[in-house]
Amino acid sequence: MSLLEVTDLSLTYASDGVVVEALRDVSLTVEAGEVVGIVGESGSGKSTLAAVLNGLLPDNARITKGAVRIEGTDLLTLPEAGRRRLRGPGVAMVLQDPMQAFNPVLTIGRQLVDFQHHLKDLSRADKAARAEAMLAEVGISDPAACLRRFPHELSGGMRQRAAIAAALLLTPRLLVADEPTTALDVTMEAQILHLLRRLRTDHAGAIVIITHHLGVVGEICDRVHVMYGGQIVEEGPVDDIHHAPAHPYTQALIACDPAAIPGRAARLPTIPGRPPPLRRPVPKGCAFAPRCPAALPQCRTEAPPRVVLGPRRSALCHRVSP
Amino acid sequence: MSSGPDALPGVAEPAREEATEEAPFVVRGAGLRAFLRDPMGVTGAVLVAAFLLMAIFAPWIAPYDPMALNVMNKFQPPSWQHWAGTDQLGRDLLSRLIWGSRTALYIALVATGVSAVLGIVLGMIAGYGPRWLDAVLVLIFDSFSTLPMILFALAVITVLGPGKETLILVVVLISVPYYARLIRAQTLSMRESDYIQAERTMGASAFRILGVHVAPNVVGPLLIVLSMDIPVVIMLEAGLSYLGFGVRPPEPSWGNILNDGYVSLRSAPHMVIVAGIPLVLSTLGFTFLGEGLRDALDPRFRRFGGPR
Amino acid sequence: MTAVLGARDVAIDLPLPGGFLARRQLNILSGITLSVDKGETLALVGESGSGKTTLARAMIGLLPVSAGVLEFRGQPLSDPACRRRLRTEAAMLFQDARGSLSPRVSVGNAVIEPLAIHRRPRDRATAGRMLAKVGLAPEMAARFPHELSGGQARRVSVARALALDPALLVADEPTAGLDVSVQGEILNLLADLRRDLGLALVLISHNLAMVRHVSDRIAVLYLGRLVETGPTDQVLARPAHPYTQGLIAAEPNPDPRKRRDHPAITGEIPSLIARPRGCGFASRCPFAQDRCRAETPTLRPLAPGREAACHFAETMTSQPIRETIP
Ligand SMILES: Nc1ncnc2c1ncn2[C@@H]1O[C@H](COP(=O)(O)OP(=O)(O)OP(=O)(O)O)[C@@H](O)[C@H]1O
Ligand SMILES: Nc1ncnc2c1ncn2[C@@H]1O[C@H](COP(=O)(O)OP(=O)(O)OP(=O)(O)O)[C@@H](O)[C@H]1O
Ligand SMILES: [Mg+2]
Ligand SMILES: [Mg+2]
Repeated sequence: MSLLEVTDLSLTYASDGVVVEALRDVSLTVEAGEVVGIVGESGSGKSTLAAVLNGLLPDNARITKGAVRIEGTDLLTLPEAGRRRLRGPGVAMVLQDPMQAFNPVLTIGRQLVDFQHHLKDLSRADKAARAEAMLAEVGISDPAACLRRFPHELSGGMRQRAAIAAALLLTPRLLVADEPTTALDVTMEAQILHLLRRLRTDHAGAIVIITHHLGVVGEICDRVHVMYGGQIVEEGPVDDIHHAPAHPYTQALIACDPAAIPGRAARLPTIPGRPPPLRRPVPKGCAFAPRCPAALPQCRTEAPPRVVLGPRRSALCHRVSP
Repeated sequence: MSSGPDALPGVAEPAREEATEEAPFVVRGAGLRAFLRDPMGVTGAVLVAAFLLMAIFAPWIAPYDPMALNVMNKFQPPSWQHWAGTDQLGRDLLSRLIWGSRTALYIALVATGVSAVLGIVLGMIAGYGPRWLDAVLVLIFDSFSTLPMILFALAVITVLGPGKETLILVVVLISVPYYARLIRAQTLSMRESDYIQAERTMGASAFRILGVHVAPNVVGPLLIVLSMDIPVVIMLEAGLSYLGFGVRPPEPSWGNILNDGYVSLRSAPHMVIVAGIPLVLSTLGFTFLGEGLRDALDPRFRRFGGPR
Repeated sequence: MTAVLGARDVAIDLPLPGGFLARRQLNILSGITLSVDKGETLALVGESGSGKTTLARAMIGLLPVSAGVLEFRGQPLSDPACRRRLRTEAAMLFQDARGSLSPRVSVGNAVIEPLAIHRRPRDRATAGRMLAKVGLAPEMAARFPHELSGGQARRVSVARALALDPALLVADEPTAGLDVSVQGEILNLLADLRRDLGLALVLISHNLAMVRHVSDRIAVLYLGRLVETGPTDQVLARPAHPYTQGLIAAEPNPDPRKRRDHPAITGEIPSLIARPRGCGFASRCPFAQDRCRAETPTLRPLAPGREAACHFAETMTSQPIRETIP
């Protein structure tokens, strides 16, 4: 049984009469001890997927199809109480926006202690000690002082590390991290990535990491899922995705990475065109077709097939053949 | 994102036609749908609306003049002529109750309304103004709220004499410090937020920052507190009137009717019962409404909801 | 020509938490001397918590300096008239883009907010045009910040910052959380403004790969002190400070085959409250000597336009960057 199994998940947001199809038939499996990267365009639904995993959807979201199983338990049919029990020791989340993780009017220390409410037999002092140790672990130099501060008194990167510490305090089996290192400099980023790797080996915990930084993917992920327009357009082992991307979007994404361009570019490469319309009714053809340099006539009219390229490796494209 | 794939960047067409100077985009009530889904909140809203209509249209709804004496008909139990019976002076109780809702809501709404406005203004000044002003205001709020409420109310009434305006003043004096501190705390936490800082970099005046960006965020939570406090004020009015410190007879007030009813509880128990019903219903109505609003608008629920 | 923005020996203190009346001040930044010319991009890189955002906030007039002078077009920011000018001629992009958007103000109103504040003409089409500039559909105008993805919020904040055609833009990690294509679009847009309008840009970033392409000069901060400044290509090719070297070596590699087993630099960032004696980087520096722990290095010129604060800067520039510093 996989640790996490998402099958054919579709989700919509309703906002003022407009229905946005934020996720369309998303499937994903994560085995224990695996680090899975999710990359993709801004607005492609990555954070939405993370929110589903964590059961923290806004009111206007509706899951229209599919199932999310954590160790076989279906999250979507679980009542709220059961879901809460699963959160914490089951799933923990590092949010994209670290300010969102903390209440602005309470000190960091108070909140880190409260986060550990599932550890019933520890006293508050024990929990505070654990929190302090974890802050040191994520590279905060004066953890005791940090505990006394309010969220806005920390720098962006410190806040992000405090949010990571909060998630790690739960020793989750599945950690969902939405851009956990964007506000960190590369030396700190490397340290956090190694901490996450250690978490995986120590607790056999799995990590789903959402990032825009292809370097992060290269450093830590075992497998990668590429999202575009609410769909997973390609999945596979990190080496294959980097060295032999099959989907034209993945190819374009890798080509745009400034790290891959030597010297100094006068203009950075971009993918021309606009993000796909997600508003219902979503056009039938491939979401990437209007921007795809290799589009065929049927790309615009027919939904692309999911072509299996190997074990746990597939692409959603007319042009790819197994 | 919802533009067509062939819409080119740069050839954007305005989505809607009309454009007003100040606010071209309407802010939608984000929690309205959530509120309408909550049966308790809707019940509260219906009850409150009923009482408001009753108060506004009292002169047209009330079957009799609430002051008209008819001593021959005193202590009548409920009948077809007098649905709620009559009191010790033969006045129609239903009419007095309907007019009493006017008194009760007038006092409750004016008092909480004035308190809310003062609380918001003072709270935002304390929270956003200079540090010394904050210190002075907080000192004043604190010293007010340490006064024992009932004794303070009685002292004010003794000095100014009972009456509707005195009641309103008492409520305002008691609640302003409380509201102001609530608003101050929220303003303080917002003041450091990036969006207020961003406004400052754009050169927005303190007036604009408070009016456009702070006020809408603090009014929601305060509205919830207010609708929970209105029943307290209604009860206070009834209680003080019952004790003879509130609305002066012969003006109809639920408290006065209760008071009259207690005097003749043995002979005419219907008076206490019928005067209790609107009191209980309006209290429940405002409390339900407040809780419904809280569940629908509470920023904590919204905040944690989003996939950020 | 006077620089658009100049800092001379700037120091900034912030109050320590707690103690309302006599709050102790904590020194965050000191000895910062920088300048940005018209049409120039200065990249500010540095450790998390090193004071980049604090410096940015001072540059835009949100924080007073405790010592030294900050100047905008040759006038000190302490002058109210100059600060008033700054409000229309300079803009800031905040690190937390969504947090910098008022939660109850729609996207359309948010982008025209600067126009509304300064009573400039505007209508509904203005917002649509401004959104189109950053690649957002006009329908987005009706959305609220919590209904945007991280990247969309970022673009909205860029659109708002450009509303008044600023002469100076202080951008605090303007592309964090954006995919590489959108990042490219925004940086290209800023490059166009630089070329066409002479926009001076202070770009705070952690992403050296990106900084390499877009900045003219680079300033490296560590623990609130400048440790190295110079032309971007020179600094990145031959870093003079071991922290800069560490930054370059730690840059994660997208190729999984080149994955490293150890982080290039380890150890904790020293605390600002108990600032170490000597060089702030000594505790994490692979080359630290006794002298580094005793004597604080000062920023000194190495070559025209290049400065570094390391006792061994000359030897550092002469050796190649190591892939992994032991
Ligand atoms: N509460 C909401 N109401 C309506 N639409 C929403 C809401 N939240 C997100 N969306 C829309 O759903 C789509 C997916 O958003 P999501 O936040 O999942 O993107 P993302 O992949 O995380 O992007 P980014 O990389 O920019 O953070 C976007 O088009 C966004 O505008
Ligand atoms: N309002 C405040 N009160 C007290 N200390 C603060 C305040 N804001 C920031 N600090 C402290 O100042 C230091 C520098 O913070 P700053 O936000 O400038 O760092 P930064 O370089 O932008 O870091 P990051 O890359 O993580 O965003 C940090 O140690 C932080 O804790
Ligand atoms: Mg996101
Ligand atoms: Mg910062």
